[in-house]
Amino acid sequence: MVEFFTTTNLGIVLLILGQCLLVLVPLLVALAFLMYADRKIWAAVQMRRGPNVVGVFGLLQSFADFLKYIVKEVVVPAGADKAVFFLAPMISFVLAVIAWAVIPFNDGWVLSDINVAILYVFAISSLEVYGVIMGGWASNSKYPFLGSLRSAAQMISYEVSIGLIIIGVIISTGSMNFGDIVRAQEGSWGIFNWYWLPHFPMLFLFFISALAETNRPPFDLPEAESELVAGYQVEYSSTPFLLFMIGELMAVVLMCALVSLLFFGGWLSPIPGLPDGIWWMIIKMSFFFFIFAMVKAITPRYRYDQLMRLGWKVFLPMSLAWVVIVAFLAKYQAFGGLWARWTIGG
Amino acid sequence: MTVAAFTFYAFAVTTLLGGLMTVMSRNPVHSVLWLILAFISSAGLFVLLGAEFVAMLLMIVYVGAVAVLFLFVVMMLDIDFAELKAEMARYMPLALLIGVVILMQLGMAFGAWDYSEGVAERLAAPAGDVQNTAALGQLIYDKYIMLFQLAGLILLVAMIGAIVLTLRHRTNIKRQDILAQMYRDPAKAMELKDVKPGQGL
Repeated sequence: MVEFFTTTNLGIVLLILGQCLLVLVPLLVALAFLMYADRKIWAAVQMRRGPNVVGVFGLLQSFADFLKYIVKEVVVPAGADKAVFFLAPMISFVLAVIAWAVIPFNDGWVLSDINVAILYVFAISSLEVYGVIMGGWASNSKYPFLGSLRSAAQMISYEVSIGLIIIGVIISTGSMNFGDIVRAQEGSWGIFNWYWLPHFPMLFLFFISALAETNRPPFDLPEAESELVAGYQVEYSSTPFLLFMIGELMAVVLMCALVSLLFFGGWLSPIPGLPDGIWWMIIKMSFFFFIFAMVKAITPRYRYDQLMRLGWKVFLPMSLAWVVIVAFLAKYQAFGGLWARWTIGG
Repeated sequence: MTVAAFTFYAFAVTTLLGGLMTVMSRNPVHSVLWLILAFISSAGLFVLLGAEFVAMLLMIVYVGAVAVLFLFVVMMLDIDFAELKAEMARYMPLALLIGVVILMQLGMAFGAWDYSEGVAERLAAPAGDVQNTAALGQLIYDKYIMLFQLAGLILLVAMIGAIVLTLRHRTNIKRQDILAQMYRDPAKAMELKDVKPGQGL
């Protein structure tokens, strides 16, 4: 039986398919509840009750929404570029899903353990802008187009600082593999061995850039409803809209996973005695999703020129300077190799 | 056919198809999208060669940044396709001439091309133990550091040139000073006056 799955071509294909489903199905189910959690947290901050009708405490709200999106009519605007119009949500969804191929949930629990994993995730998240641009352009309408132009500029701007912050982490680790990055954060100090301490200021820059990269409030200018109705999503309905929404939320959860892996030690336990494991990864991701939801609830929307100024004039110089500083700190092994983990055997 | 061969042909065909459709598409936005497909497929070819770092850079730099700006510009162009086609016919002889010249150059280059001994083995991934990211780093930052720095310097000069050419400081517009805005406080920005009824200020 084992031989069939490891030696024959058909067996290997089936094995990989099974592994993909094993990642994808729990992820999509979790996404439904995260969507519900997002709305509940938002409601709680505004002293509303939020979704509370479908199921106990409204727990099944997302599934009801799912059914509603599926059975509604697909409306194609007149003059729309039909092929690109339907391609856009698919790209958005597929890109959000395939990035999970390299995310480890536990030591060795990863679909594809590649050398350049972090670059892969970065490349995929830089492709995500295409779903938005294509959707906005193909709709053949003013507001979607304005939204897609905004998002193109916004996502490119913040990718730059995300990339530079990631370079700092790569310098500290000496590898681009997520497994290596997490293992480099292992140590007898537990939580104080993680990268949030040596890379402290960059943690906040990364988090804010992640907000901008995923078009979350306060940087949700591509879909600012008070200015652009719903930005690039205006003309979408039914399943294509659902795909956009899942893609967007999946990108948010991916960013939560990235923050946990890069700065908070992934599956490592914060207290040295306790066993490491997948539950720590899930707890950390849920915590960062909670922060994402709180930020959405409590911050007002940025103005577009301020967003650009923040990206190019504040974040870019800071993260660039940080790369240079970390390079020196790692080279000269400052503070006993706090920034050069390969020297202390982490 | 092995899996590797199958993937190679799949990527090769999509690269060529993407390139062909980039030229053939009537709509410039579609052209750019096909170009992106060609980029992504060639990134796949790099992965097959074992050059995963180059593949990822291709995706990040060309697809993630350059092509987005392309798309950005092309989407905002207001192009009349009929006019464009008429223009195209005028330049046909010149374009054909250039095409033929390039084809002949390629033919001459490949005609004189000679393979050294044992090239087939070296087509596979070379590195061995060293990851190709580390191998590239050692080449660029140790062996060819001078050339690398010079290339960087040239790019820096080009960048400064572009900025200097396009930067113009206009004096007749109002600007925002973010720092000044942040340091304003109600005590300095507002003045409370006690307005007497019937008198005004």
